[in-house]
Amino acid sequence: MALAVVVLARTRNLFAVVVLSGLYSFLMATVLLALDAVDVAMTEAAVGAGVSTVLLLGALHLCKSEEAKPAHRPWLPLALASVTALVLIYGAMGLPDFADPQAPIHQHVVPRYLQNEVDVPNVVTAVLASFRGYDTLGETTVVFTAGAGIIALLRRPGRRARVEEAPPCADLLLRLIGKLLIPFVLLFALYVQFHGDYGPGGGFQAGVIFASGIVFYALIFGVENARRVMPDRLVERMIAAGVLLYLGVGVAGLLLGGNFLDYFVLDPDPVHGQHRGIFWVEVGVLITVCGVMLKIFYMFASRGRGEERG
Amino acid sequence: MIEHFSYIVTVFLMVAGLYVVIARGNLIKKLVGLSIFQTSVYLLYIAPGKLIGGTAPILAPQYGIYSNPLPHVLILTAIVVGIATLALGLALAVRIREVYGTIEEDEILALDHQVEAAQEPRGEQREEKGA
Repeated sequence: MALAVVVLARTRNLFAVVVLSGLYSFLMATVLLALDAVDVAMTEAAVGAGVSTVLLLGALHLCKSEEAKPAHRPWLPLALASVTALVLIYGAMGLPDFADPQAPIHQHVVPRYLQNEVDVPNVVTAVLASFRGYDTLGETTVVFTAGAGIIALLRRPGRRARVEEAPPCADLLLRLIGKLLIPFVLLFALYVQFHGDYGPGGGFQAGVIFASGIVFYALIFGVENARRVMPDRLVERMIAAGVLLYLGVGVAGLLLGGNFLDYFVLDPDPVHGQHRGIFWVEVGVLITVCGVMLKIFYMFASRGRGEERG
Repeated sequence: MIEHFSYIVTVFLMVAGLYVVIARGNLIKKLVGLSIFQTSVYLLYIAPGKLIGGTAPILAPQYGIYSNPLPHVLILTAIVVGIATLALGLALAVRIREVYGTIEEDEILALDHQVEAAQEPRGEQREEKGA
C-alpha cells in the first residue's frame, strides 16, 4: 500500500493516478477487514474503489489528463512533511499499545453498546442509527448539502444541457454481462440495506451500492437511457426526501411523547419501537445517499467537453 | 516499537497525503492527496478499536470478545461524507477549468496576476477622469 502511495505521488499521468488510487482503496478495505471493521471495509470498497474512481475519471474527462511539470523543487514540502511525521510519531509513542484491552477507548461507553439493549445483533447499525442518531442525522445533512452544492456549481440556469451523447457501448459481451449483473447488484444493495441489522450493512453502504448499480448501467447503455430509468427530477426529490424521512422519524418520536429521535415510543413494545426507528432511519439514509451519488454522477456526465468554452 | 506499528503506518500515509497536497500544483492531484490523508485518519480511528482474538462487532452467542464498534460507526459515515466532499471539490475543479482553461495552480495564479495588472491602470485612469 505504501508502494502504491509513493508511485502515486510521483506519477504525473492523472489517469494512472486515478487507477492507482482505486487500487489503494481496495488495499485499504482489506486492511480494515483485517481490523474487524467489516462495515467500514464494505463502504470503503464500494465508495473508494467504485464511486470515487468513476467520479475522478469523469472529472478527468472534463479536464486535462496530464499534470504539468512542477515549477519549484519539492524540497520544502518534503522537509515540512518529514518534520510533521517525526512530531506525529513522537506523539504516537505516548498512545496505548496496539490491541491493548485496557486502552481508554474500550472502557467508556462501549461496554454498554455491546450489551445489546436494542436487540440488533450488528452493533455498528445499532450505534449508528440509535445511540448516535443525532450524529448520523448530521452526516446525512452534510451529504445532502454537498449534493446541493454540486447542483449549484454545475447547473446551467435556464439552458437545457446540450448533451452530445457518445453512442452507447455496442460491445455485445459488455451488454450481456451488464444485463446479467445489474439486477444482482441492485438486489445485493437491498439485501445489504434490510439485512443490516443482522450482518454488515446499512443505509450508507446500500445507497452507494445501489447508485453504483445504476452508474454501471449508465456506463454501458449510455447516460440518457439511465436517465429514463431514474429521471433527474426523481433523483433530486430523493435527495431531499431522505433527510425529511429521517427528520420525520425524529419528529414522530416527539409527537408520541418522547425526545427527538427517541425510538422507544414508536411502538408499545420499546424494542420493537427501536427496530422500527432504526429501519426508517436507515431507509432515509439510503434514499439520500443514493440520490446524491446519482445526481453527482449525472452532473459530471452531462457536461460535455466541447461546450465548456462557450 | 512493534506495538506502535499501526500508528507509524498511519503517520506515513498522512504525511504522504500532506506532501501531495502541498507539493503538487494540479488540483485533481491535490484532491487525490487529500483523500489519502483522509484514509489515514480512517486507519487512525479503526486500528485502536481492534482487540487480539476479537471478532467483528456482530453479536452471536459463540463469541465473547468484539472489536470496538464506535470507531466503525464514526468512520463509516466519514467515508460517505468524504466522497461527497471529494465530489464537491471535483465540481469546483471542473468549474475552475471552465473559467481559466487550466487546473494548474501556478497558471491560475499567473492568470490572476495578469488580470489584476490589466485592471489597475484602467482604474487609475478612471479616477483621474473623475477628478
